[in-house]
Amino acid sequence: MTFTASNRARAEEIVARYPRPKSAILPLAHLAQDQDGWLTDEAMQEIAELAGVTAADVLGTCSFYTMFKRRPCGRLVVSVCTNVTCLVTGGPEIFEHLEARYATDADVTVEEVECLAACGGAPALQVNYEFHERVTPSSAEEIVDEYKNGARTPRTVSGAHVA
Amino acid sequence: MSEKTTLTVTVDGVSFEAPPGELVIKAAQEHGIYIPRFCWHERMKPVGMCRMCLVEIEGVRGFPPACTTPVADGMVVHSQNEKVKKIQDGVLEFLLINHPLDCPVCDRGGECPLQDQTLAFGPGESRFVEEKRHFPKPIPLSELVLLDRERCIQCARCTRFADEIAGDKLIDFVDRGEHTQVLNFENEPFDSYFSGNTVQICPVGALTATQYRFRARPWDLSTVETSCTTCAMHCRGALQSSSNRLVRLLGVDSEPVNHGWLCDKGRYGIEWIHADSRIREPQVRAAGELKEVSWPDALDAAAEHIRSARIRGADAIALLGGARGTNEDAYAWAMLAKGVIGTDHVDAQMGDGLPAEFVLGMPRAEIADIDRASAIVLLAGDLEEEVPVLALRVRRAVMELGVPLVDCAPVEHKLSRHANVVARPVPGEPLPSHVRGQIEDAGEGRDGPVVVIVGRANLAARPDAVVASAATLAGPNTRFLSALRRDNVHGAIDAGLTPGFLPGRVTLDDAHDWFTSRWGAAPEERGLDAEGILRAAADGKIDVLILLGADPIADFPDATLAKEALMMVPTVIAIDAFLSASTQRADVFLPCTLWGEKAGTATNLEGRVQRLGRKVAPEGTAMDDWRIAIELAARLGHEIDLATVDEVTDALGEVAPAFAGVSAELMQRARDGVVVPLREHRDELVLRARDLSILADDGHGTSWDPIKVEGVVPADSTNAVEGSGAGFEPIAPGAGDPQDDPETAARVLEAATRAAAAAAEPDVPALHVWDATPSSTDTPGRDAYALRLVAGRTLYDRSRIVVETPVLARLTPAAGVLRVNPNDAGRIGAAHGSEVRITAARGSQVVVLEPDAGVPAGTARFDFTADGQGPALLIDAASPVTDLRVESIR
Amino acid sequence: MPEETRIITRRLHERPDDSWTVGGANATGAYEVLRDVLRAGDPANIQEQVKLSGLRGRGGAGFPTAQKWSFLPAGSFPRYLVVNADEGEPSTFKDRMLVERDPHQLIEGIVIAAYAIQCNLAFVYLRGEFALGYDRLLQAIADARTLGFLGTNIQGSGFDIDLVVHRGAGAYICGEETGLLESLEGERGMPRIRPPFPAIEGLYAKPTVVNNVETLSTLPHIMKVGGAEYAKLGVNRSTGTRLFSLSGHVRRPANYEVELGMSFRDLIYGLAGGVPDDRAIKFFIPGGASSQWLVGIDEHLDAPLDMDFVQQTFGVMLGSGAIMVYDETVDPVLVAWRLAKFFAHESCGKCTPCREGAGWIEKVLYRMSHGLGRPEDLDLLFDIGDNISPGVMNAPFIQTTICPLGPSAVSCVASLHKYFRAEIEQQYVGAAT
Repeated sequence: MTFTASNRARAEEIVARYPRPKSAILPLAHLAQDQDGWLTDEAMQEIAELAGVTAADVLGTCSFYTMFKRRPCGRLVVSVCTNVTCLVTGGPEIFEHLEARYATDADVTVEEVECLAACGGAPALQVNYEFHERVTPSSAEEIVDEYKNGARTPRTVSGAHVA
Repeated sequence: MSEKTTLTVTVDGVSFEAPPGELVIKAAQEHGIYIPRFCWHERMKPVGMCRMCLVEIEGVRGFPPACTTPVADGMVVHSQNEKVKKIQDGVLEFLLINHPLDCPVCDRGGECPLQDQTLAFGPGESRFVEEKRHFPKPIPLSELVLLDRERCIQCARCTRFADEIAGDKLIDFVDRGEHTQVLNFENEPFDSYFSGNTVQICPVGALTATQYRFRARPWDLSTVETSCTTCAMHCRGALQSSSNRLVRLLGVDSEPVNHGWLCDKGRYGIEWIHADSRIREPQVRAAGELKEVSWPDALDAAAEHIRSARIRGADAIALLGGARGTNEDAYAWAMLAKGVIGTDHVDAQMGDGLPAEFVLGMPRAEIADIDRASAIVLLAGDLEEEVPVLALRVRRAVMELGVPLVDCAPVEHKLSRHANVVARPVPGEPLPSHVRGQIEDAGEGRDGPVVVIVGRANLAARPDAVVASAATLAGPNTRFLSALRRDNVHGAIDAGLTPGFLPGRVTLDDAHDWFTSRWGAAPEERGLDAEGILRAAADGKIDVLILLGADPIADFPDATLAKEALMMVPTVIAIDAFLSASTQRADVFLPCTLWGEKAGTATNLEGRVQRLGRKVAPEGTAMDDWRIAIELAARLGHEIDLATVDEVTDALGEVAPAFAGVSAELMQRARDGVVVPLREHRDELVLRARDLSILADDGHGTSWDPIKVEGVVPADSTNAVEGSGAGFEPIAPGAGDPQDDPETAARVLEAATRAAAAAAEPDVPALHVWDATPSSTDTPGRDAYALRLVAGRTLYDRSRIVVETPVLARLTPAAGVLRVNPNDAGRIGAAHGSEVRITAARGSQVVVLEPDAGVPAGTARFDFTADGQGPALLIDAASPVTDLRVESIR
Repeated sequence: MPEETRIITRRLHERPDDSWTVGGANATGAYEVLRDVLRAGDPANIQEQVKLSGLRGRGGAGFPTAQKWSFLPAGSFPRYLVVNADEGEPSTFKDRMLVERDPHQLIEGIVIAAYAIQCNLAFVYLRGEFALGYDRLLQAIADARTLGFLGTNIQGSGFDIDLVVHRGAGAYICGEETGLLESLEGERGMPRIRPPFPAIEGLYAKPTVVNNVETLSTLPHIMKVGGAEYAKLGVNRSTGTRLFSLSGHVRRPANYEVELGMSFRDLIYGLAGGVPDDRAIKFFIPGGASSQWLVGIDEHLDAPLDMDFVQQTFGVMLGSGAIMVYDETVDPVLVAWRLAKFFAHESCGKCTPCREGAGWIEKVLYRMSHGLGRPEDLDLLFDIGDNISPGVMNAPFIQTTICPLGPSAVSCVASLHKYFRAEIEQQYVGAAT
């Protein structure tokens, strides 16, 4: 998969923001992930061409960052914090619950993540980078299901707002 | 107030002076103190990653890395105190917790910096009880390089080399933290022409070469220092054998030449000499068939052919080739052809070079001059394809040292994006006059000469335009560096294997009497060059054609003419190691030694004469070329009193004016070889106080440590006893090595100096000087529907070395691809990958079209391969250029 | 009863429903200070006022802001201002709040800083996971551009300033300023060797200042009241107010803006309401996950929020201003393991001691916190720590690593050793019998 015509135009606009095109790798990878739902090899090759570097260079950069998914994932990425505040307020239990609940659900990818800067509302999670704080295993499941059944509108996999 | 030029530094109680900007690790090493390290490499930017070189510096908080800290005046450094040793132990322990402890089965075992440093600096036992990191065992990064990720210590030497030095960032760190690994992109392998260097500089056994892997153990190897003559760069290397087979070539760091790097063709192109198809015994044609005979019979047969041809006239005998051998081979054959037989129809170039009048007489640059040039002009093809390591030097000059690049190559190449000016000449036409002004503008405000790298970028156009372009660029501040690529072609033409010249860059006219008095005879008239010889042969005017390691059908740009010549010539004498398209026509086949089997000297593209090492005994009864010449001379009635290769070197130095001062003894002690003429380069000489040529009398090397090649471990006596030509002062060796002999070194230098100076005496023929008066070139206009052919060499070009070396043979690119500008492709109406018919005066063929924006409109690029196919069937040597009609096939 | 001193949090408290919008911001005096600053046309005065204010970086290291600016080589252009909004230090959530709920204040601060150092292009490196903050910041930038506070010749001052928001993508190390610059250049966010410092060779090898969100958000207020007046707030060299993120076992976890010098006790008990069920505090981490710990004793609880005092007295730091409170039910080894897991996960892998050492510490602590500890493990941990941060207990750190992430992973080890050694050893004794 490669950029659609309108995303290609956006990509070129992004490259132009920076004094050096290579700076655009992260925003372009977000854009590609928004479009495709994950970061494909083809996208990395196109990003390489836009940034004027090799595909290996783009892979080296993108693989450093946990938000970039280099394997297909669910359309909903549920990021559950288990870091030291959530650790003592129920984060691990929420993670385990959701992981088991959606283990075979192709729509949902549940991942354990580091501190989300929501400790005032611990335990916290994000669904496609939308925050949900003070959750419990059951309220978390309810939230995810609402995204699944359309009661809530999710952001894209890379967190872009869907108008 | 002026800046201090040297600073006083103390490391581990030893005080010494160091220049400002020098890194602590380097300064210490120069003075015999080895600070352990893994990531630091002298030829790459420091990164301070491995933390093995942390030191304590008095007055500085913490422990800075010696590899990123420049020296300061009065600095006191501790690299071995208790605190630092604790850190070194700690870093080694960290490196080993995830590193397999399977040294006995690791390819690097026995020559592994991690193993050595663990022994020297490590804690001895592991406290790590957890499970080690696991990865699937070796994965290929390319056809040539395998990676075992479990062994990798993430020093980034390979990735930095690929990016910083080679410009091929095809491998990079992937993932993060303790999961960091080196990888290539899926389906984009590490296909760099320089990939083998990463194996050599890997400080562990993570990277291995498919060719060498599991072939030998380091303690079974013997080594000789030599130069690689796969192209004309002549990178220094350490050649290793096991059981009389060449198994590995490692780069040796030569400051003026290769900085330690090799290209993959040179590094791996060592196996071909052992190929099954090699001819190991002399053969003579009888009843239409080549039959093995004894050497005396074969030599007699060859001499008899020459003798009977001479009756018709020496002009009936011609010699092609000589670039594959040593300077000594070339000199002996020049003496045989020109002094004994009396013919000047001699050419070491295969019509793919430049006129000797230009190459031998142009104002020369050395390779190192590109570093200080005001501008580099690339009046040549893609250097990576032709002289790869020179491309690395140019890349460094441009990228690291900021030297402006003016790119006049016929098509775009990797360095083009870094060029300040791009001026692509029309094939067959000289550069427009305004380019000179652009070069001056590019070099504005910079001192140093304009260095023009001049080569034969296009075999489909005669070389006249190149020389005419050079003439427009000539001037008091312009120096030329040859990019002619073939093996030892510079040594061969310097030694007289070119028409119109005698050994030592002197013309027939100037030096006739000088050589007559030394050889007894010399040709009266200028003979024919390769094209002339082949045409004369085709016209029936040549009776005996001697092929001295030459295969004109594969190498001469006009294969049709070469085939015709070989069909028509009555007698062919081949001095070669393989039956080729040309040598299978031989009536007498004399098997010769190849690189690795012979000693002597070779001259690189800047005129640097360096010693070659003999590492293995020849295959079969193969004989050195120079000795074959002397045997033939004897059979033709001329006893030549040269018994060893060193005596030939000495003779060359005594007789050939450009070589004045060169001697076998000097070559054994000149660390970086000798640039000739020596009298202009005497101050560059660096002499060793002992003969460090590693080459023992029996032709086998002494034990040798590959780590020293990259300077990881200080080679105590080698570093300590050098003195340079200017104000040579042998430094007394600290350890008092009994083999050090500074008196002899001083005597050798004195003798060389005297001999070089004597060459300026009026009775010695003056060295030829190129007349840079621009001459007009006559290029026909191109019709609007034709594309002008650019046929340039590629690295993996189906030459013998490539075809007979299994790991290289796989890398040969697809043949029959024509690259044209996308606009032209559109006009032709052919899409990417579609077949088109191309037609030139010589013939027609079907090729695959590839649009390429790097090819200028109106031209077409077609790779020239050493197999007599493709462009060689389209080029007519008589025509100034080759124009193609390209038609889409529907 | 201790109280907050709401300066940079005034707008978001006053207009909880629209503080981030142009309407809410305009109604509460946004950009007034910037307008005056531009009218005054005296960049040097901004530098002077910031110097007088004693403002120190709010990202963690606490380096004096004016001094950081002063390192820029005179006359060297272009130069860049980079805003560090990559908040990832565990339990720190103040910058996210400032970006989400008062982006105009941040923009005002950015333009003041850019004007002070005369740079024409600034970047906000925003943590990738802050999707809402990204939306709001982009909207605020668009509004500020419309209002004429971004773009060319802003407010007729002749000064041009453009602002690019760059989203990160999930890497804590990009909060380290040189890792951030690498990431902004499209590289792996691996910290650089210093020197050269960013002020000399930063973004694109040009002179660069990297300032934190809270630091920049403070600038409008310093310029409003004057540096000397601002410096009256706070204590000693810790001037002004700071945001503290209180979390863990407290009744009212939240961000509190307080004058520096207040005690931990007032913050934890007075403002955050103390520990639920009135349990005792077992330990608390005073400055983000990188800091060494304090415990629930009076000496620690009564210490003032003074960066230099806590460092010199207890070897801890106020760091990012995050305070995590753990009550008596918590196993400190489990918390240490989770911290070590975090640092091992976020280690960039560039230098050996951190790449290998952080992972090793995590593996040992995992065993210890999951019933597989050995009596020698504490000493082993301490020595691994010593090989990453020689001396272990030093403050500020001595490190064998390139950046402070390595020593940060050792802080929990040092803290276990300092406060809980006897307790941990007791467990092994118990297990052995």
